[in-house]
Amino acid sequence: MSAKNAYLPVPDASGHFGAYGGRYVPETLVAPLEELGAEFEKAQKDPAFLHELKEMRRDFTGRPTPLYFAERLTQHCGGAKIYLKREDLLHTGAHKINNALGQVILARRMGKKRIIAETGAGQHGVATATMAARYGMECIIYMGEEDMRRQALNVTRMRLLGAKVVGVTAGQKTLKEAVNEAMRDWVTNVRTTHYVLGTAYGAHPYPYMVREFHKVIGEEARAQMMEREEGLPDVICACVGGGSNAIGIFYAFLNDENVRLVGVEAGGEGIKPGKHAARVFRGESWGYCRGRSRFYCRMRMGRSNRPTRYRRGWTMRRWGPNIVT
Amino acid sequence: MVLRMSLPHRIDDLFARLKKEKRKALVAYLVAGDPDLATTARLVPALAEAGADLIELGIPFSDPLADGIVNQLGCQRALESGTTLPGVLQLVSQLRKEKCNVPLVLFTYYNPVFAFGREKFEAAAIRAGADGLLLLDLPPEEAAHDLPAGGDLRRIVLVAPTTPEARVRSLVSTASGFVYYVSREGVTGMQQTLPATLGEKVSFLKKSTPLPICVGFGISTPEQAGQVAALADGVVVGSAIVDRIAKLGRSPQLIPEIINFLRPIAQAVHSA
Repeated sequence: MSAKNAYLPVPDASGHFGAYGGRYVPETLVAPLEELGAEFEKAQKDPAFLHELKEMRRDFTGRPTPLYFAERLTQHCGGAKIYLKREDLLHTGAHKINNALGQVILARRMGKKRIIAETGAGQHGVATATMAARYGMECIIYMGEEDMRRQALNVTRMRLLGAKVVGVTAGQKTLKEAVNEAMRDWVTNVRTTHYVLGTAYGAHPYPYMVREFHKVIGEEARAQMMEREEGLPDVICACVGGGSNAIGIFYAFLNDENVRLVGVEAGGEGIKPGKHAARVFRGESWGYCRGRSRFYCRMRMGRSNRPTRYRRGWTMRRWGPNIVT
Repeated sequence: MVLRMSLPHRIDDLFARLKKEKRKALVAYLVAGDPDLATTARLVPALAEAGADLIELGIPFSDPLADGIVNQLGCQRALESGTTLPGVLQLVSQLRKEKCNVPLVLFTYYNPVFAFGREKFEAAAIRAGADGLLLLDLPPEEAAHDLPAGGDLRRIVLVAPTTPEARVRSLVSTASGFVYYVSREGVTGMQQTLPATLGEKVSFLKKSTPLPICVGFGISTPEQAGQVAALADGVVVGSAIVDRIAKLGRSPQLIPEIINFLRPIAQAVHSA
């Protein structure tokens, strides 16, 4: 994949991955983001931090996760051997806790007492509430009221874990509004509060930091494939919402020319504006919002290839991995 | 710093005149297109008549992160009435044609400007008759390569209470027109009290730049406005205006009500 060569694995000093990324935020957040970036860099070189992260991954969240050979799915599809990287077996049921764990340990190091997060379906909220509960920190989760209604079970889980779930009523009452509301809380309470952003999203250092906390998925998967198949997979397929699990598994394979990386976006009811979640379907143009440059729904496009029918029933898209920043 | 004192400029002229008269400026904010552009076209001259010396015209954006709920809802109403960036520029030219000469600063976020086309934006804004630009989420580090300053569209820069002193100096060095000090950590919105450190922060800013300092975020009463005006060169009132627009909408009471609200604030600012 030629786009791979264009990928810059480490953001530059200003947090840009090539034309993407950066820090487009209100002035109040510039200094706190700089502090967060500096603390994260320090933590990554601190054996005590790395040790705590490793132990908590093993004993609390349940890493490594298995690589499972999906025998019946393989037979059903009648093509490639299909393996599943079982991030769903982690504590709280999703990869989200990789990031929540890392950020909450980092927040403690920084002396923050209060944890906030946004959540859409509720997985990131549950993961963050779990980590905050583990360390006895105050936790507030912002969630669109529409999402709260759709995901009532996760709302209950977060509340059982001691988090306060704040319903967001503005706009479409979903994830986008929840992110805005969490950002506002952070702008207001930045000295005491850490915002555990849930995906490889937002202003620098978040996309970089979230990737670093999730890249363990790909590192494990790579070693497990080498052990099981004595070679690398032909294709790695990941769903993309914000992109954190995708960059988490892709990252360890970015320099493998023969591994195709395939991200799948939600098709919804069709590829008409307003009916889908595919941001890279239509164009190379991108926008600036919530802290970084990225692609948006409803915009024209170019980087991704034509839609490919890939295996039965799945319509896939491919694009350069820097999209997930 | 970009000062072109040789050419007349509404913002520079305003602050030069006020300085001579030893008076402070009242800056008023509203969202263009809230509840619709026709109403904004009547509100802007009314605000000026009530005593506003400069008007920040919000270009509505779907995700106004630095704004509180009052201004977010203002943006939402403006977007629902079909307001776009070109529509706001058209409003500005209309106001200028109608001989409304109050200095106008466009107040928005980077994405609408980027979507419009950053290369042509500055020229279009100047042609329409706008005097300044305040982009809430474009720090100078990004602006340097995305939207370099230096023209007749004065680049208003925001300084926050969290901004370290060393950064204040580099921020104000990219500013023109005036410097906007955010009086508290948080988003826009009305507040009961003023932060205790305000005086200290404003005097540090005054030492850092010859540009006028305007203070905003949370000022809603004549008392607060008078206190801030005693410290700074200008006082910004925003959410309190947007809140009244929310309540009165297209009612014929809107304009007289806004004038009645703003006049005592203007008096407090101008007599400070």
